Amino acid sequence: MHIEKDLVAASATPLVLGILAEGESYGYAIVKRVNELSDGRMRWTDGMLYPLLHRLERNGLVQASWGRSDAGRRRKHYAITEAGLEALAERREQWQVVAEALRQVWEAAAPPGLPGGAEPAGGFA
Amino acid sequence: MSGSAQGDTLEEQIDQWRGFVSRRRAISASDVEEMEDHLREQIADLESGGLDGEEAFLVAVKRMGALDAVSREFAREHSHRLWKQLVLVPESDGEPGSSRWRELGVMLAFALAAGVAVKILVAAVDDEMALFRNIPFVVLVFLAGWFAWKHRAPWRVCAVTAALAAIPALAVNLYPFVQTPGPYPVPGMTAVLAFTHAPVLLWLLAGVPHAGGRWRSHERRMDYVRFAGELAMYLALIILGSMVLLGLTASVLSLAGVDLEPVMEAWLLPFGGPGALLVAAWLVEAKKSVVENIAPVLTKVFTPLALLMLIADLVAMLVNGPLTTVDRELLIIMDAVLVLVLFLLLYWISARDPLVPPGVFDWLQLALVGTALAVNAVALTAMLTRIAEFGFTANKTAALGLNLVLLVHLVWSARLLWGFVRGSRPFAEVERWQTAYLPVYAVWAAVVVLVFPPLFAFA
Repeated sequence: MHIEKDLVAASATPLVLGILAEGESYGYAIVKRVNELSDGRMRWTDGMLYPLLHRLERNGLVQASWGRSDAGRRRKHYAITEAGLEALAERREQWQVVAEALRQVWEAAAPPGLPGGAEPAGGFA
Repeated sequence: MSGSAQGDTLEEQIDQWRGFVSRRRAISASDVEEMEDHLREQIADLESGGLDGEEAFLVAVKRMGALDAVSREFAREHSHRLWKQLVLVPESDGEPGSSRWRELGVMLAFALAAGVAVKILVAAVDDEMALFRNIPFVVLVFLAGWFAWKHRAPWRVCAVTAALAAIPALAVNLYPFVQTPGPYPVPGMTAVLAFTHAPVLLWLLAGVPHAGGRWRSHERRMDYVRFAGELAMYLALIILGSMVLLGLTASVLSLAGVDLEPVMEAWLLPFGGPGALLVAAWLVEAKKSVVENIAPVLTKVFTPLALLMLIADLVAMLVNGPLTTVDRELLIIMDAVLVLVLFLLLYWISARDPLVPPGVFDWLQLALVGTALAVNAVALTAMLTRIAEFGFTANKTAALGLNLVLLVHLVWSARLLWGFVRGSRPFAEVERWQTAYLPVYAVWAAVVVLVFPPLFAFA
């Protein structure tokens, strides 16, 4: 399923922060978790994750540290900070407002065939 | 395909991918490492899902995204990486860092020693002329000493260079120069000529320790030319910055009723001047490979403008007929024009890749040199008859001699350049001629400093 670029970009920050709130993680694992959460319907351009992580690091929302993978490669781990948790809470409120508004819109103007929808707009003719 | 052979191709592919990504300036080495870890994990997962190595690699790279877009995103986050930054004293990585600190320390020691030497000189002589004619010797000794340390010049070469430099030093101080009598004695012609040519001679001699003693090497000579151009740029910037800083300090202190001038004359100038020179030299050596040279860039900007200026000069001289004022001034102006053209030529050559085939800019340089020679020829023919009338004074001979030295340099350069643009000569010949001719300037300066005063009776 294709999801519009702007929507992916807007949801990326709360998703990453939310995943990191579950515990320390690293780039590939974050992408995998996003796949799991969306049942594989949300595909990121993987390379774009890293500039985003660096931006969060620069703004002090996450903290990075170099560790080692099981195979012995150097790997950068990210952990959420206090400021990151606050930002996540704030984002969560914002998204809840958006989601609530959207839910009402879907209910009012749901296309035919979906439960709870209005009558087809035949009366306009 | 066997498992290990497949693993090898995969490694090769990852190597290639790493090469492509590393070339992006916005993506740093640690970013590449981070993304490579990602790529390998992805490949491993895809392989365990049933894809073979090559397929897994292709899918993983595709999922990573278009390199242009990813690189743009990195650039947006790390915009400073697009600007080359000069790291003078690297912070970590142990060993090379400590040598940089040592270099900084040694440079500061030389700068301080030069300041002390200037201070001693100021205290030792009360005659202003004596001060001015000795300052270049005192300061350049320390710069040359730092060159010798930095480029590990053998001590015998240093000793010979120092001995050679001592000759003009003795000459300007011991020659019985005649001063015009009166309450404000003015130094004579030969004295002024000797004082002004001595620094040129010294500067060229300082090239010997800068070349680490291998002054016959054309590459080393060209390095010295490049160094000198960058040094001039950095020195100018440092001087500008210092002037702003001093002006601000002076105005703030004057509010508090403190006069900066005595401190400035007694301490800031004697230590700041040589200090600025050595710091600039150190900066140029440190930045050598990291930052583009600015002198050749300026050359490119000014060459077309200089060509226009010279064409205008030539037209004006030809249209307005015989020159009205033909004197020493004209000769000096012509020398200055030739020196300007020479610098434009030299710094353009210093940055040109000898393997690139002739292009528009080569023609432009040739036109520049040709026009300069034409302007010079018109001016000189106008003078030729008059020179004999006035006789040969020291000043006129010096100006005429310099004109001749420059003329030989430029005429031969034009000849070689002509051969190059027509494809009959390699560019290396043009380049080699420049560095081969440099010692002629040292010889000419030595003649003016050492031979002219006795020749013209120290007048």
